[in-house]
Amino acid sequence: MLKAAEVKRKDVLSQNIFAVTKGLESAITTEHYSRYDGLLQRLDPRVKLATFAVLTAAVSFTESLAVLAVMLILVPLPGILSGIRPGFLLKRILLFIPVFTAVIAIPALFITKGDPLLSVGGHTIVTVQGAKTAAFLVLRVTDSLSLGALLVLTTPWTKLLATFRWFRIPSLFVSILSMTYRYIFVLLHTVNNMFLARKSRTPGTLTAKENRKWLGHTLAATMVKSLHISEQVYSAMLSRGYRDDRLTITRFKLHHRDLLWLLFASTVLTLSVWTG
Amino acid sequence: MVNLYRKGVLAVFIVKHSSKEYGTMHIPDGYISPATAGIMYGAAAPFWFIAAKKVRKSLSGRTIPVVALFASFSFVLMMFNIPMPGGTTGHAVGGTLLAIAAGPWAAVIGISVVLAIQALFFGDGGVMAFGANSFNMAIILPLVGYYVYRTVSGSSSPQSARRLFAAAAGSWIAIVTAALLTGIELGIQPLLFHSADGTPLYCPYGPGIAIPSMAVGHMFIAGPAEAIVTGLVLAYLFKTGFVPAADQEQSGGTGRLHLLWAGLGLVALLTPIGLLASGTAWGEWGVTELQELGLGFVPDGINRLAGWWPAPLPDYGFPRMGAVVGYILSTIAGVGAVAAMLWALGKTLLAKGRRSEA
Repeated sequence: MLKAAEVKRKDVLSQNIFAVTKGLESAITTEHYSRYDGLLQRLDPRVKLATFAVLTAAVSFTESLAVLAVMLILVPLPGILSGIRPGFLLKRILLFIPVFTAVIAIPALFITKGDPLLSVGGHTIVTVQGAKTAAFLVLRVTDSLSLGALLVLTTPWTKLLATFRWFRIPSLFVSILSMTYRYIFVLLHTVNNMFLARKSRTPGTLTAKENRKWLGHTLAATMVKSLHISEQVYSAMLSRGYRDDRLTITRFKLHHRDLLWLLFASTVLTLSVWTG
Repeated sequence: MVNLYRKGVLAVFIVKHSSKEYGTMHIPDGYISPATAGIMYGAAAPFWFIAAKKVRKSLSGRTIPVVALFASFSFVLMMFNIPMPGGTTGHAVGGTLLAIAAGPWAAVIGISVVLAIQALFFGDGGVMAFGANSFNMAIILPLVGYYVYRTVSGSSSPQSARRLFAAAAGSWIAIVTAALLTGIELGIQPLLFHSADGTPLYCPYGPGIAIPSMAVGHMFIAGPAEAIVTGLVLAYLFKTGFVPAADQEQSGGTGRLHLLWAGLGLVALLTPIGLLASGTAWGEWGVTELQELGLGFVPDGINRLAGWWPAPLPDYGFPRMGAVVGYILSTIAGVGAVAAMLWALGKTLLAKGRRSEA
């Protein structure tokens, strides 16, 4: 398969091939890690989902920077113990959103009113409150992202969906969620082939106007295709005896390790509530 | 000096939101407080419920494959780099396009599902903030876009240039409205949620910075991108003879009524801004406020009547609850009570009218 890094990103066509290919690669890597036999992968998905949700809430609620800082170091550890390469985990968690957040947080250092932290010639440049609010924002964003990334990296998608059903999320949403995820890849492959086909027939580069027009047509064609596919899928579902009711074959079972994990997560939670 | 910094913040925000790599207005976790996140889940829930009912009714057994495929399409659309006039590229949400092509309620569910996948798999938008993101992008955006399209289209012939203009205008207005809402949600954070020493705990920028940054970025980059995509795709679909769901429905007199409802809803949503104002509402003075205003005395009649009516929700608040939560719940309760009264009145009057006709 074409690798995202191999695509030069000069023109719009290549930019789009790059974006689509990167999306596909990211999903494939996620699937790869979720099937690895590691610490978090072995946990019962219900326990994992519940504890991760509660910890995400704790990150959101806490008013203590210390708690957020400890979580920053503590959260990736089980991920590394679950066979996820530290480099990959750091790249996945830290790139883009925390970096953007850090950039966004910089002006807060200077414009937040409060006690002086850094003064030059009698003028307050950075306030204590400014530094704290910037730290709050960056740490909270990074901690929440780490928790989300770890959950998805260590839980196969089908098990996650079955867990959603177990937590009584309506079957209509869960079914649409599962089918959407499946067909995203079909459509991504389709548009990527359309882009590549177009690129192979385009000497030089197109103007922005030509690109827009062509992109509009590609999107419209994809939309019509997706409608056709939905008709075909529906016929296929009916032919297999579909009754508008989702059945899952995943059976859950609790083990000792799940209880140990629950104990660990509760301790972290209690400590974070107690201190912050 | 402070003004210069403010401009700097504005610039950073705009650059971020028009960035090629990052989504348009997905709020990550950490930018809004859990209270705001909870309220936004609460605000989104009734729309999800109605959408599920409406979609099941209109698509029956086909619901799951049709909505899922449209959702997958919208995910793909959001990944595209749209070349803009002027050399930059922007991203579109496709909410209005989906609402016109597949119907507003299918769009509500479809885009919510896409946002869930983006939050879970790509960290684009938070899990706690999923309610807020859905409310802005999957509910308000397609509904506003759809009703603007219906209103501007009026009785023009199907597949006419006016309908294309209506779609583009709807897309632009919808995305700017959603961006404004996002700006408000972010902007109220430092005013309402800070520690004892005044440190903002979540988004550090107030409404004076957050709202214009979100609005400006979306008016000039994401908004036009959305309008271009909707216009181009619909133009192509019109040529192929595709009739969008928005044009299949009977366009009776209800279009404008729906618009009124949407407007009322939006106004109700904007009420928390009232919290930012200081002072009291003109003419709504109580006994103490009259004295504070420097009147010097309290008219005897007012004094006698004060306390005569024990309000169920004094000062629009619920006891033992945050001021904002109470205020918003009061708004919902108030709007709900007025709407219920009007509905009952309308029913009675209609029934009377029918009886007199018979």
